[in-house]
Amino acid sequence: MGPIPLTPYDLGLAAVLVLLLSVTSYYARLAISQPLLLGGLRTAVQLALIGVVLEALFASSRLRWVVLMALVMLLFAGREVMARQQRRFTGWWGYGLGTSAMFVSSFAVTVLALVAIIQPVPWYRPQYAIPLLGMLLGNTMSGVALALDRLTQGAWQQRTIIEGRLLLGQRWREAIGPVRREAMRSGMIPTISGMATAGVVSLPGMMTGQILAGVSPIQAVKYQILVIFLIAAGTGFGTQLAVSVGSRRLFDERERLRLDRLKG
Amino acid sequence: MVLLSIEQLDCGSLAGVNLDLAPGERVCLGGPSGSGKTRLLRALADLDPHSGTIRLNGRAQGDFPPSEWRQHVAMLPAESAWWAPTVGEHMHELHAEELVRLGLPDEAPRWPVERLSAGEKQRLALLRLTAGRQPAVLLLDEPTSNLDPASIERVERYLLAIAHERGTGMIWVSHDSTQISRVATRALRIESGRLEIA
Repeated sequence: MGPIPLTPYDLGLAAVLVLLLSVTSYYARLAISQPLLLGGLRTAVQLALIGVVLEALFASSRLRWVVLMALVMLLFAGREVMARQQRRFTGWWGYGLGTSAMFVSSFAVTVLALVAIIQPVPWYRPQYAIPLLGMLLGNTMSGVALALDRLTQGAWQQRTIIEGRLLLGQRWREAIGPVRREAMRSGMIPTISGMATAGVVSLPGMMTGQILAGVSPIQAVKYQILVIFLIAAGTGFGTQLAVSVGSRRLFDERERLRLDRLKG
Repeated sequence: MVLLSIEQLDCGSLAGVNLDLAPGERVCLGGPSGSGKTRLLRALADLDPHSGTIRLNGRAQGDFPPSEWRQHVAMLPAESAWWAPTVGEHMHELHAEELVRLGLPDEAPRWPVERLSAGEKQRLALLRLTAGRQPAVLLLDEPTSNLDPASIERVERYLLAIAHERGTGMIWVSHDSTQISRVATRALRIESGRLEIA
C-alpha cells in the first residue's frame, strides 16, 4: 500500500489553521502574528525548494552533489548555532567552533552509519545519506548551541568565582570545571529525556513519517531506534567537543580568563 | 636582596611601572579610585595580560606554570569568591590558633558560606590564602575595607607577623593614611598611570 498523495487543497486547509492562529494571536496582542505568518511562508518555500533539490539529487546520485548538499546544510547549521548564542566568541571562533564540532561529530557518525550499518550501494546514496545527516545535524545543532550558550554565559556570570579559583592556584580546567560540566549536561539532556519518552509520550517524527508512507511499524521502529542512537552519539560527542575546545579558548596560554574573547 | 622585581610593566592605563620588593617589605599603594591599583595587582598575579618583566627571586613570571606563580604571588581580591556550601571546603588546612588570631571561633569552618558577613568573608579569605600555605608575596586589595576597628587591628597584626616570621613581601592597597603609617615600610601612589612616591 503506497502513501495517499496530498493535493494543494489539502495543504491549503492546513494553512488555514495557521492563518486562524495568527488572527487570534493578533487580537490577543501577542506580537507574534507576523513572525508566525513569515515562518509559515518560509516553511512552505524552503521545503518546496528542498523537495525539488532532493528530486534532482536522487536522480543524479553523484558523490560531489551529495557532498555539496551536506556542506550547505552544515554551513546553515553553523550560522544557526552562532545566532543562538548571546555571548559568542569573537572573530572566526564565533562561527567556527560550533560548525567544526558539528562537522566532526555529525559527519563521522553519518559516515559510520552508512558504511558500517545501513550499507546502501553506493554508500553515499542520497536517499539515505541526506535525511540521516539532516536529522543528525538538526539535533547536534540544538545540543551544541545550548551547550555553548551555557558555557559562555556561565563563564561570564561566574567570572569572580573562576578568577577566585585561579588566584588560589587552581589550574584553568579545575577553575571552569563546574561551568564546563553544566554546559555539557545541558547540551545532552534534551536528547536523553527524548530517549526516555520515545514511543511513550511521543511518536518520533521519522517513524511517524515512515508509517504514513506505508512502511510496517516494526520496520519503522528499527530505523527509529537506529536514528535515536546515532543522534544521541552525534549530539553527545559534538557537545563535548565544542565545550572542551570552547572552555580552553576562554583561557589564554597563561591560564587567564579571557572574557574579552566573547562578544557583548 | 630583591624578592619581587617589576620592570617596565605596562597594563591598561598603567605605563612603565618599576618596583623592587624586598622580603618582609610592605609597600602600600594609594591613589584615586580607578587609577589602576587593582589592575596592577591583577597583572602581578598574572590574571590580566601585560607587558614588561616580573621576576620572583630572579626567575621570570613566564618561567613558572601559571597556577604555581599564583600560589607564590598570591592575591587577595577585594571581593572574595566562594563556591562550595561551607567555609571549610575552601580551606587548605586551617588551625584553630589561626582563627583565633583573626577573632574567629573554632566552628568557623563549618559555617555555611551564605550566612557570612562581609567582614567574616574578608578575614576567612585571608586565612584561605595564608593558612597552610607559604606565598612569597601577598597582593592585598584593601584587605580591611569591611572590618570594624578591632578586626582591623587583628588583621594588621596578623599580616605584620607573617611579614616578620616568613619574610613575606606585601603590596597592600589602602585608602587609609593612618593604616599606611602603621603597616607600610614604603608608601607609593598611582597618579595618572604612573607609580610615584607618596
